[in-house]
Amino acid sequence: MSYDAIVIGGGHNGLVNAAYLAKAGRKTLVLERRHVVGGAAVTEELHPGFNFTTFSYAISLLRPDIVHDLDLVKHGMMVMPLTHHFAPMDNGDYLLLGPDDGENYHEIARHSAEDAEAYRDYGTLMDRVVHAVQPLLDEIPPNIVSTDPVELAAVARLGGHLRSLDPKVLHMLVRLLTGSAADILDEYFETEVLKGLMASSGIIGTKVGPYSQGSGLVLLYHVMGEIDGVFGEWGFHKGGNGGFTQAVARAAQALGAEIRTEASVSNVITRNGEAVGVALESGEELYADVVVSALDPRRTFLQFVDRRELPTDLVEGIESFKFQGTSAKVNFALDALPKYPALGDRTDQYQGFINIGPSMRYLERAFDDAKYGWYSSKPFIDGCIQSVLDPDMSPPGKHIMSCFVQYAPYHLEGSDWDTEKDNFGDTVQSVLEDHFPGFGDLILHREVVTPLDIERTIGLSEGNIFAGEFLTPQMFLFRPAPGWNQYRTPIKGYYQCGSGTHPGGCVMGAPGKLAARQILGDTAP
Amino acid sequence: MRTTPFHERIAPLNRTYLWEHWAGFVTAVAYQHSVATEYFATRNSVAVFDTSPLFKYRIAGPDATAFLAGVFARDIRRCAIGEGHYTVWCNDEGYLLEDGVVLRLGEDEYLATSAEPNLRHFRSLANGHEVTVEDLSDAYGILAVQGPHSVEVIRRISPEAGSLPYFGVTRTSIANHQVVVSRTGFTADLGYEIWIETADALPVWDTLMDAGADYNLIPMGMRALGMARLDGGMLLINADFEPARHAWTDAQRETPDELGLAWMVNLADDRPFVGRRAIEAERANGTSRWKTVGFHVDAAAYEAIYNNDGLAAPKEGVYEETAHSLYDRDFNVDAGAQWVGYATSFGFSPILKRHIGLAKLPLDRCTPGLTAHLELVVNHRPKYVPVEVSKTPFWNPARKTNKEQA
Ligand SMILES: Cc1cc2nc3c(=O)[nH]c(=O)nc-3n(C[C@H](O)[C@H](O)[C@H](O)COP(=O)(O)OP(=O)(O)OC[C@H]3O[C@@H](n4cnc5c(N)ncnc54)[C@H](O)[C@@H]3O)c2cc1C
Repeated sequence: MSYDAIVIGGGHNGLVNAAYLAKAGRKTLVLERRHVVGGAAVTEELHPGFNFTTFSYAISLLRPDIVHDLDLVKHGMMVMPLTHHFAPMDNGDYLLLGPDDGENYHEIARHSAEDAEAYRDYGTLMDRVVHAVQPLLDEIPPNIVSTDPVELAAVARLGGHLRSLDPKVLHMLVRLLTGSAADILDEYFETEVLKGLMASSGIIGTKVGPYSQGSGLVLLYHVMGEIDGVFGEWGFHKGGNGGFTQAVARAAQALGAEIRTEASVSNVITRNGEAVGVALESGEELYADVVVSALDPRRTFLQFVDRRELPTDLVEGIESFKFQGTSAKVNFALDALPKYPALGDRTDQYQGFINIGPSMRYLERAFDDAKYGWYSSKPFIDGCIQSVLDPDMSPPGKHIMSCFVQYAPYHLEGSDWDTEKDNFGDTVQSVLEDHFPGFGDLILHREVVTPLDIERTIGLSEGNIFAGEFLTPQMFLFRPAPGWNQYRTPIKGYYQCGSGTHPGGCVMGAPGKLAARQILGDTAP
Repeated sequence: MRTTPFHERIAPLNRTYLWEHWAGFVTAVAYQHSVATEYFATRNSVAVFDTSPLFKYRIAGPDATAFLAGVFARDIRRCAIGEGHYTVWCNDEGYLLEDGVVLRLGEDEYLATSAEPNLRHFRSLANGHEVTVEDLSDAYGILAVQGPHSVEVIRRISPEAGSLPYFGVTRTSIANHQVVVSRTGFTADLGYEIWIETADALPVWDTLMDAGADYNLIPMGMRALGMARLDGGMLLINADFEPARHAWTDAQRETPDELGLAWMVNLADDRPFVGRRAIEAERANGTSRWKTVGFHVDAAAYEAIYNNDGLAAPKEGVYEETAHSLYDRDFNVDAGAQWVGYATSFGFSPILKRHIGLAKLPLDRCTPGLTAHLELVVNHRPKYVPVEVSKTPFWNPARKTNKEQA
């Protein structure tokens, strides 16, 4: 059996890549190790009647053109805005932001009128920065080490784009790309809970605290998406992110791609330095003109191929590429909605995210624990009770709650995650109990997903949720390595399209789309 | 969503159940089904408008005047104690951040209102000045009492305020509650605005309504206010201009001269203020891109355009804050017609019996009397009705500005 293209890994990027290749008429096969496609974007019934977004839980960065190119709406795509950000405070008060600017003004003004005003200035500038970077998400980045005139011209175009920006926008962009979230937020705001809420975007998935340089980049990354033109807004896909990847899978199949689950690839078969197919762990061999790895760079370069076939620089670069997963999930099945005493019987605060990170200090303290090799004693939690929006996630009247938790470093000093899993779950639960008295009594089921579980289940090295950390030297021109940031590899016919390539992780689809563009260009008949 | 300090009283009066949001407050769109009736109260009797959602500031201290002279484009030093100014403030590039009313209560004490928050903005400029900027937005509600009989109503509750000149301001009391009254408004007619401490809102409201009963005092909503202000050719933020602060490009932003507010920016002396250098350069180099002017529609032509299509021309209730293109000629007659500008506000004035609007036109087309053609969609097709540039205010009764109302 021979294909035009085989895609290793049925995460959303592998599926998007396959769909584009199939759309171009290529006979394409996706090989997925698990019984279900979706990778980090799956929805699983881990407790009868309760559907959990085991890993990723919200969507924002998905590039809008993919929706139309792949006809995703026809295949069931449906994203609803998650409109609220609810940030409980240690003293029982809270900050609750929603979709109305006027209402948000007064809510922030309860804490500080100057901050309420600054929030608009900040918002305007951030929207403009996002608008300035979004075009870069839809382009194959230039190859900075190449002297090819095409690449030199691309670098020049990039320079031109930056020069065309309003200096204020450019300056903010540079601050974000190089500085800390705290530096920027301290300049605009004085309210701790507001800064905590906003800074939390700067630490997601990365081993940095809000005061660390680099948190600015992570912050920018998490606000550069949109829901229907509202920049920085996040949404919930019907049925969770697994609902989304199922829609992409249907689209890929409708376009002619074949998907095989429970097909674990052991290595890429090369002949005379060219990729010709893959070998499965079952021993089966499958052949194709093009092999695309949708896995992270460590697996793409150090697991699937013989490193002796690769330049030493690249091997060293990938060996030192930082993963150091620091995030975990704790998902709950709940008997009822939790109560927040200061809000009485209100429940609208759950129409979005619950942000437990009441100050930047809190987040930084949580980070300190991780720095020294342990999970946070008071972790940051990004919670979302998705069944408030989507009743099909849980039995009527009952709820599921997704909690994304930091910090949970992959390497624990003096212990391991199999030992600590339940203790960690208890830690998270007790923080929730602090803010939502009686929370523990509501729990019907608890699912702890440690970085080790992430690695074991979907293959993300060290459990890094983005297939490689968001650090300036690991992005854009350098993702995953200088010169190899254009989805190609040194092995002819072997490509990469996972989150370890530009632009990076999150349910975005851009790596899969851009890799397909490159492959189709390289192999045009 | 917040409600104003008068909500308890105004809520039962809103017979339309139409509310909208203004700066995070619930505000009435219209209290009764005939918006024209509410509107005519400002031309015939007296209307009250709850303008509490405005942001309110107190600027005080030994350097208050010097400070504000550097903030506002209009020279506040020319504002005497007991007077107010309609003013604007700009950014360094000379683009309008906002407009608002500032009232001088004393040598070193001012009150100011604005449509958007400015506390942080003012404070950021206060550096080095002995001045404090205080946010009074929640401390006060404001009622606008507008219309020819507003003076009698005001006199009944505060004789002192009843003798204020146009743009005069005074501290006074109403039913033993301390208030500040200014002879200002956004209706293009005689009128007053009353700053009332939040705790006194209801008793003062009741006193006012009692005093106004003999003069048919009725509440008016946002829609009638929009129509009334258009009669005055008064600019509405986010309709006739975008505040520079949240605009993305300079193409969106506008200078005071471009907004037709050149009269208030006097560069004769050397007073430094934010935006001065840019405005100087604009004037020296003649770089204004357009001017904002009033226009009125040729009534007969407007009728004819609809009548020719077998329709009656829409008048009552026409009020829009959306863009309408303006051409130099009728495109249906002359395919060489050129786009010259656009209207930002457009509506039928019930008192003037004609359609009027505000538009942005090239400088050589702004002289009153010059014509352009306004694009309307009639019966699924574009139609071009002749309009004439006119002076604003369109409606300007003597009583509005009379030294003192007899
Ligand atoms: C806990 C967690 C929370 C997150 N939260 C969010 C969020 O809320 N929003 C968001 O946008 N992003 C979130 N992310 C990030 C986002 O989910 C990922 O970046 C994205 O889903 C990765 O997609 P991918 O296709 O590149 O790779 P993956 O989803 O990792 O897909 C790789 C696929 O390859 C398969 N595979 C592995 N080994 C083999 C093999 N040998 N042979 C065949 N197949 C193999 C895996 O089973 C998997 O299906 C989160 C990630 C995690 C882990």
